[in-house]
Amino acid sequence: MNISNLTQDKTYASVLIALASVTLLIPLCNLIFPEDSALHFSAYSVSLIGKYLTFALLGLSLDMVWGYAGILVLGQGAFFALGGYAMGMYLMRQIGTRGVYGNAELPDFMVFLNWTELPWYWNGFENFGFAMLMVFLAPGLLAFIFGWLAFRSRVTGVYLSIITQALTYALLLAFFRNEMGFGGNNGLTDFKDILGFNIQSEAVRSVLLLMTGLSLIGALLLCRWIVNSKLGRVATAVRDQESRVRFLGYRVELFKLWVFVFAAMLAGLAGALYVPQVGIINPSEFSPLNSLEIVIWVAVGGRGTLYGAIIGAVLVNYAKTVLTGLMPDAWLFCLGGAFILVTLLMPDGIVGLLRRRIKPKPTLNATGGQPA
Amino acid sequence: MRIPRFRTRLKTPPGSHPAYRSPKDSFLSMMTTPSTQAGSIVGGVFKQLLKFVACLLALILLVARPVLAQDAGSALQQLRTGSMAEREQAIETLGSDSNNLKLLQALQDGKLFDFKAEGKLVLAQESAAGYQLSDPLSGAALAEVERSAVGKINLNNKLRGVLRKTIALLQLNDADPAIRLIAVQALANEIDDKAVILLRDHLANETDADIKTAINKMLLLQDINSPEKDQRIAAIAALKDLDSQDVVNKLQALIDKDGDGNFLEADSDVRNLAEAALIKIRERMQAYAAAETVFFGLSLGAVLVLSAIGLAITFGVMGVINMAHGELMMLGAYTTYVMQQIMPNYLGTALILSIPMAFLVAALVGIAIERGIIRFLYGRPLETLLATFGVSLFLQQAVRSIFSPLNRSVSTPEWMSGSWQINDFLSLTWNRFYILIFCLLVFTALLQILKRTKLGLEVRAVAQNRGMARAMGIPTARVDAMTFGLGSGIAGVAGVALSQITNVGPNLGQAYIVDSFMVVVFGGVGNLFGTLVAGFSLGIANKVLEPYAGAVLAKILVLVFIILFIQKKPRGLFPQKGRAAES
Repeated sequence: MNISNLTQDKTYASVLIALASVTLLIPLCNLIFPEDSALHFSAYSVSLIGKYLTFALLGLSLDMVWGYAGILVLGQGAFFALGGYAMGMYLMRQIGTRGVYGNAELPDFMVFLNWTELPWYWNGFENFGFAMLMVFLAPGLLAFIFGWLAFRSRVTGVYLSIITQALTYALLLAFFRNEMGFGGNNGLTDFKDILGFNIQSEAVRSVLLLMTGLSLIGALLLCRWIVNSKLGRVATAVRDQESRVRFLGYRVELFKLWVFVFAAMLAGLAGALYVPQVGIINPSEFSPLNSLEIVIWVAVGGRGTLYGAIIGAVLVNYAKTVLTGLMPDAWLFCLGGAFILVTLLMPDGIVGLLRRRIKPKPTLNATGGQPA
Repeated sequence: MRIPRFRTRLKTPPGSHPAYRSPKDSFLSMMTTPSTQAGSIVGGVFKQLLKFVACLLALILLVARPVLAQDAGSALQQLRTGSMAEREQAIETLGSDSNNLKLLQALQDGKLFDFKAEGKLVLAQESAAGYQLSDPLSGAALAEVERSAVGKINLNNKLRGVLRKTIALLQLNDADPAIRLIAVQALANEIDDKAVILLRDHLANETDADIKTAINKMLLLQDINSPEKDQRIAAIAALKDLDSQDVVNKLQALIDKDGDGNFLEADSDVRNLAEAALIKIRERMQAYAAAETVFFGLSLGAVLVLSAIGLAITFGVMGVINMAHGELMMLGAYTTYVMQQIMPNYLGTALILSIPMAFLVAALVGIAIERGIIRFLYGRPLETLLATFGVSLFLQQAVRSIFSPLNRSVSTPEWMSGSWQINDFLSLTWNRFYILIFCLLVFTALLQILKRTKLGLEVRAVAQNRGMARAMGIPTARVDAMTFGLGSGIAGVAGVALSQITNVGPNLGQAYIVDSFMVVVFGGVGNLFGTLVAGFSLGIANKVLEPYAGAVLAKILVLVFIILFIQKKPRGLFPQKGRAAES
């Protein structure tokens, strides 16, 4: 793939400009214009757009690992949820005595379960800095251990996809357990403050949107820089011809591991930004279906383009919001249909369609041969 | 029969049924005992005396009958108006004649009434006007009266106990072994010396082995309370071979201490024997528990194998990742539901007919998926995965729209419900048992199809070398469709089995898809036996872990184990060998 392709850079630049304007204008409009103004955005739409942007960040993380390292992760949602839980734990600790039971030390659900003291792994989460560290560290560590084991023993392709799905499924089951100390079925919710500011207030919501937008722009620039670096080029080579790269003397597993862990951390960041904006994190975020939805965002947008993931995530989620509101029954039909149509008819997604209009390009193929 | 000692104690002559023992009977026994002893000294006198005694006995028996009939009449009056103590006596009297069984049962069911106007006892059946009366002995219909005209014969708890025992004793002579067994079981709670004597008598005439065992157990349990130490020790020795909760409770009571730390049982020999016997029984209980765990594991494994075996064809043999596999099972389960809706009066037949129907439905859908989508994606496993995932969402929503988002209930036919009670500690549920058998049948059938039919040969040829197979004139496209149809059809058949043990709803497939992929990957792709071994071993592992870790954690542990296992052996338990494995 020719990275310095002019058309791609044009699209790329326009996506960046669009992102920047959304990031800056919406919070500004929300704060400056009065509520009855046509240019005012309601708190609901600010949160909604903020949510789309966190999903875009999540999609971006998957595009890094799937689009550039060829690892189809069906458990990216697990890293997202872990980041979300780390943030949720910080927010829970900020509730203090304002909970239903008024316990300064323990969150409500622990009081409800008759726990007497905070489990050790909750220590430190009252500190924002520590919580933010864990947002990256928890998913990163899990990805490192899992990836190190998997890539070292050369688990590839479909096998890897399925065990990543099993990973998120196992975590789903685990987090449903009350004994885990993460609120079980209900998860973490009822947040009050973030860094001392009321999490419900419009100003905080606008700032959160701003932070999400900036993170997304930052992540996009970072990803692009990585993709264009030597590391990114080797990763792309691994995606296309893994054994050839290995024969050339590269330690393939280390490149894959690096990208995998980086993407997991990015997903964790997305989760951490998601939780304060929607106000809840529960085990359903671990469900395999959620992780598969991320895949369809990237596939719809265009795999291996970075900004395609962002376009796809926003578009699919916008469609989801509209459709589930209008006719709830139709959403799964549309999602299912999207999977089929995209894989059969537009393997490069929307970006591919746009690009083909300008200049026909060969389709992107995953490694694989004849059916066994 | 384990205890020969019984036979010696059962020599009471059948004629002198203890129930008929009147005061005159005891007088007779007082008279005869010294006479026979005298007879052994003087032979001639003895014979004469014997004749005399026989005549006397016959006479008394003749006289006793009418006396009893008279007693029944007065007993009815006692029952009607008497005090609780008199009623108890009346019940005992009535209990000596099996003709009174209906009457006693009516009393137990609260259908025996005092007809105040005529001063007699009647049976009453609720009717439109009040009660339809009938004669308690003959059953002849009497007048229909208002509710206030009759008063119910009341019982207290003690009387109910006596009544239960009396009825049970009468039922012991019933022709139906099932009723006899119920009677014996009812006696277990009301047993007393009289019942023991009756049971010992009955044991000699009893033909049904189950009832014999039950009576034996009860008598042995009674023997433990006997004043003779030998008898108690013998009873414990015999009881230690019985698998019964009652025995455990009884033996436990022998070795328990009271509040002050003293043993309830004074005799230390008996205590030690009881303890040893208890240990023996507990050992067997553990073995039964282990057997039960293995059975549950096997039945869970059977479900896993059933759900994975179709996948072993599509994924294992063809290399196609079919994420819609779970939904094909769901279709099978819904086919069962529809079949039962069509023929609601023949649930069993509907279930059996659903097997071929589910195969057909799922196979057709499978072939449609293969022809419509998958054939364009051969060689691109990740794309196949995504597209079939889309199909799975589509099918889920279709079922949700057509039927309902709620679970549908599929009935279990009579012969599949309930359980096979082997003893107090081990019972196997029939539906799981049948599913285990069914799983093995399906597996064998599939193996035979792959090994012995033309289709199987072609499937294997295409799987091994597509290009060469085509060169030999095998229509690979058609074989692909048929293979996929076969795998899908088996998923549908698995759905029929699943409908018997789990909720039939739109999410049925999702619950099994991760598990079934795990089984196939764990067993080794492309190896049917690997799938079988993997399914059963994962099922057993799950059930073995469950008591220690809980159901959810056990599942997580198994998943983690598989994830780690795949890291170590990426090709599963039984990897394919040769060049085919490299692609």
